[in-house]
Amino acid sequence: MNNKPFEPTCPLPTSGKKTVQLAHGGGGRLMQELIQDVFVRAFHNPLLESLHDGATWPVEKGTLAFTTDSYVVRPLFFPGGDIGSLAVNGTINDLAMCGAKPLYLSTGFILEEGLSIDVLQRVVRSMAEAAKVAGVPIVTGDTKVVDRGKGDGIFINTSGVGLVPNGVRVLPMLIQPGDAILVSGDLGSHGVAVLSVREGLTFDGNVESDTAPLHHIVADLIDSGIEIHCLRDLTRGGLASVLNELATAAKVGMTVEEPAIPVNEPVRGACELLGLDPLYVANEGRFVAVVPVPQAEAALAVMRRHKAASQAAQIGIVTDRDPSMVILRTVVGTHRVLDLLSGEQLPRIC
Amino acid sequence: MKYVDEFRDRAVATALAERIKQTAQRPWTIMEVCGGQTHAIVRFGLDSLLPKNLELVHGPGCPVCVTSVSLIDQAVCLASLPNVIFCSFGDMLRVPGSRGDLFGVKAAGGDVRIIYSPLDALDLARKHPDREVVCFAVGFETTAPAWAMAVSQAREAGITNFSLLIAHVLVPPAMEAILSSPQNRIQGFLAAGHVCTVMGYEEYEAIAQRYRVPIVVTGFEPLDVLEGVAMLVSQLEEGRVEVENQYVRSVSREGNRPARTIVEEVFEPAPRIWRGIGEIPGSGLRLKSGYSAYDAEVKFQRELGQLSVGIEDPECQSGLVLQGLLKPMDCSAFGTRCTPEKPLGAPMVSSEGACAAYYRYRRNGEG
Repeated sequence: MNNKPFEPTCPLPTSGKKTVQLAHGGGGRLMQELIQDVFVRAFHNPLLESLHDGATWPVEKGTLAFTTDSYVVRPLFFPGGDIGSLAVNGTINDLAMCGAKPLYLSTGFILEEGLSIDVLQRVVRSMAEAAKVAGVPIVTGDTKVVDRGKGDGIFINTSGVGLVPNGVRVLPMLIQPGDAILVSGDLGSHGVAVLSVREGLTFDGNVESDTAPLHHIVADLIDSGIEIHCLRDLTRGGLASVLNELATAAKVGMTVEEPAIPVNEPVRGACELLGLDPLYVANEGRFVAVVPVPQAEAALAVMRRHKAASQAAQIGIVTDRDPSMVILRTVVGTHRVLDLLSGEQLPRIC
Repeated sequence: MKYVDEFRDRAVATALAERIKQTAQRPWTIMEVCGGQTHAIVRFGLDSLLPKNLELVHGPGCPVCVTSVSLIDQAVCLASLPNVIFCSFGDMLRVPGSRGDLFGVKAAGGDVRIIYSPLDALDLARKHPDREVVCFAVGFETTAPAWAMAVSQAREAGITNFSLLIAHVLVPPAMEAILSSPQNRIQGFLAAGHVCTVMGYEEYEAIAQRYRVPIVVTGFEPLDVLEGVAMLVSQLEEGRVEVENQYVRSVSREGNRPARTIVEEVFEPAPRIWRGIGEIPGSGLRLKSGYSAYDAEVKFQRELGQLSVGIEDPECQSGLVLQGLLKPMDCSAFGTRCTPEKPLGAPMVSSEGACAAYYRYRRNGEG
């Protein structure tokens, strides 16, 4: 009789897997390996390494900012960035737009069964690098695996906590007629970069995503004593959508000068070709700042010290005419409404 | 940007507008044929630069807008078939048929793909030999050569899982339909520059003479449109009836010969129903008999034969808008019961539709 103790022989997933399997989200050994080998190794920091259900830290007095965002970009990698850098920078930027100094991030992954571990590693390394560059650690996280066909490779959620310095208030309702509208740089390169790889289009001049963390620029503006009335990062929907949101929230009018809006040549060319308006194309490292007119020049000088804002420009003013409406003065000197689109822009026929 | 900025120069635009004001002594009603020109006019507010006695009327030159409800219904039917990859240009997806739009099919699980070039669709057919790739071939003379090329290459390569649902339309028969209508009030045309890039403008010379109407082949940038208007107004004021070419940097009298040749090889004129207008003889294209294996209406005869005739929303007045008889903002449903989110008709959602242009650029009551 065989007295050997019972040993399970069913093929438990083990390390060395090349693709993500359902067991990687199952709470067992494989999931622990994934957490240790991929996430902890890349994101390593003291708060994360306690490997507790959450991260804890002592709080200073002040006002907390808290935000969350989910990332579902296709393709996962594009010129100038990837879903990982986007997920880190995007949430940092949402905190920065509240006037906050970002402190910590969390991340949640929804992985599709069959995803290459190499691809996951690349995304995670990119997140770690972006977090390091920004100086904002990822301190807690979660992973789930869904059946093949139920996801699109990787979905990432990041949340972030930040601290708003005393005396800083940045809100749409503070926008006043007479304020200057500033934009931190050239528009549309993220949307065009993603479109170019998604659709296999090639354009003259390499267009790279503008994905970048913006909190250092915002901190610099605050430290320089600029009286910021409102900040808003330009993501989906582009400049036009953000200006409409702000005009509606603050019940003010806005007049924007089309020739003053920075759009670089390759982006303009691609948009002309596809019938897209760069004012509605997505950005991931640009923001609008609304400040009193007398401080506009000083604010622009501060912004331009940063690479991500080297093309910062004043593009318009806040008015008390046509409340909740954005009026564009066109390149030929006429006026028209700059409206919200009902959905995504679609490339035209001819 | 080269070839763009120099045609958006503010000082030249102002000078051209001044020239038009000086020239236009009497009231004139002129039509820009192409939806691309309509959008340039509204996007850049060019009509606000023109004198009040000059009325710009928007024409039927938006291929998406004029595609009949029945054809949209056919597209929706084919796109819903399980083995079909349905390819369309982007702005066709939002256009309502009588049983929903292509976005709805996509949401319900249909394989609907946005393409940028007909040859991309042919590549899909190569990559998926076990599936049927059906393309919604929509457009004026401008896009016809690319579809003709795709069909010609498909036949040469022996690709059989590729077909076109053809909604192609031709500009000159539509212009003639407008001119021969008893309600017509158009006194001059800005002809569509891109269509003429392919087709040239010889065929417009007969129309100009037959209907005693001056025509200026015109481009799409603000200065193109203003110069086209200036040339047209000069003809009207001087009593000349000619076909002139403003868009010389792109258009020649005979057009693009190789492009015309491939279109003539693959397609032939056919009657076509225009949304809101009705059937115009010889105003569409169909595949010649040697290429009928690539005609989705033939290939999917059984499936399409079960469809009832598409019904347009009775409240939609797009037929009047497309003939220049009604301005979008004068439609009682504009901006209320008809919006880009809930369109009654295609002109509200197409990127070249007149209603879409007014909705997007003109909602502060100007114009």
